[in-house]
Amino acid sequence: MTAISHHTPDALLAAYAAGSLPQPYALVVAAHISLCLDCRAAFESHQSAGGVILDMSDAQPVTQDLKSSIMDQLDTPVVPQPTYPRSGIFPGPVMAALKGKPPRWKSLGLGVRQSIISAGKSGSARLLYIPPGQAVPDHSHNGMELTLVLQGSFSDATGHFGVGDLEVAYEDLEHTPTADEGEPCICLAATDAPLRFVSLIPRLLQPLFRI
Amino acid sequence: MRSLGMLTLRHDIETPVRPVDTGLRKDIEKVMPPPVKISQQTEWMLAVRDNRDRAAFAKLFDHFGPRLKGFIMRSGTSAAQAEDIVQEVMLAIWHKAGQFDPHRAQVSAWIYQITKNRQIDLIRKEQRPLPEEMTQDPEVEPDTSQIVAVEQEGLKLKEALTCLKPNQRAIIEKAYLGELTHQEISTQTGLPLGTIKSRIRLGLARLRHELKGIR
Repeated sequence: MTAISHHTPDALLAAYAAGSLPQPYALVVAAHISLCLDCRAAFESHQSAGGVILDMSDAQPVTQDLKSSIMDQLDTPVVPQPTYPRSGIFPGPVMAALKGKPPRWKSLGLGVRQSIISAGKSGSARLLYIPPGQAVPDHSHNGMELTLVLQGSFSDATGHFGVGDLEVAYEDLEHTPTADEGEPCICLAATDAPLRFVSLIPRLLQPLFRI
Repeated sequence: MRSLGMLTLRHDIETPVRPVDTGLRKDIEKVMPPPVKISQQTEWMLAVRDNRDRAAFAKLFDHFGPRLKGFIMRSGTSAAQAEDIVQEVMLAIWHKAGQFDPHRAQVSAWIYQITKNRQIDLIRKEQRPLPEEMTQDPEVEPDTSQIVAVEQEGLKLKEALTCLKPNQRAIIEKAYLGELTHQEISTQTGLPLGTIKSRIRLGLARLRHELKGIR
């Protein structure tokens, strides 16, 4: 595996640590941190900064019985949350979002497939499968789009992206990501708004595919 | 043996250069670096983790409970709901203590993360996606100098924050309280973030080293 050369921008890591990223972005950042030691270290440094802010907060007196209520509950058994380990190319957070099941691919035509992980008012997250040499339909987006490569690689006007690389595409970028030759390219992509397609037919399909 | 970050003091403690005793300089021990000491909070947390020590947990509550309540209320949460979250966070500290690794995070950083997770779960009604855990090797001996180095990074970060101008500090606090979007963090707070960034970067060099040792 080649080294990761496109990292999560620091402001995104800080926002993720602070819990202020919309869910679809948070998923991509969590997945990238799972693959990238540098970004994990940066993320944990932001946690340290958050911890300092917490420790410097003005203490508010707590009600009398809070402590005893907590101490009394220490022996109450808790149901452990299910954990989802990495499975093949899919990092733990992606498996958690898929609830441990393999992705359900739907064809978008021309061999391109997608599996929607979440779609809601905070945006959408999906997996994309792009055959070698194939372009993702020309698209621009309303907000920011995060794309994390899980298998293969793609290139667009801004550069080359391999496994573990994260592309951050802002609103003004109208790009044509094209899968490189070799393995099919599988990506995790998130937006905070529906994608806008430039050509007519995909735009008609947009509501159908929620893409 | 645990790998060491560049900021640790281990070489100072483990392999002290023994001065040749000339019989003249009996005071030589005084110039040796002071012994490193782990903070009380970390000791309490380790007692909770390793010995399920309730008295230590009670002390953790006495220290962090009121601060947590104050921290949570700063985001506009009511006192009653803040106490509910404090309770959830404290119970999570007890149950998830096994995940606490003082070689990577000071206690407050670990609690900050748990608090953020609980706030998102309870207030936004959604689960925050979390990175894969990096499990620590239970065979590895705790490395006091590494733990102290992590804590000292935290203290230096605190100093850096205290030295900021009030308006800059307010923006940093807003960012870590979760009240700024990433766009606001990248534009508005460019300057203050830059101020603490050197500190964060120092921590980075150490952590990166540390994480490579784990994997």
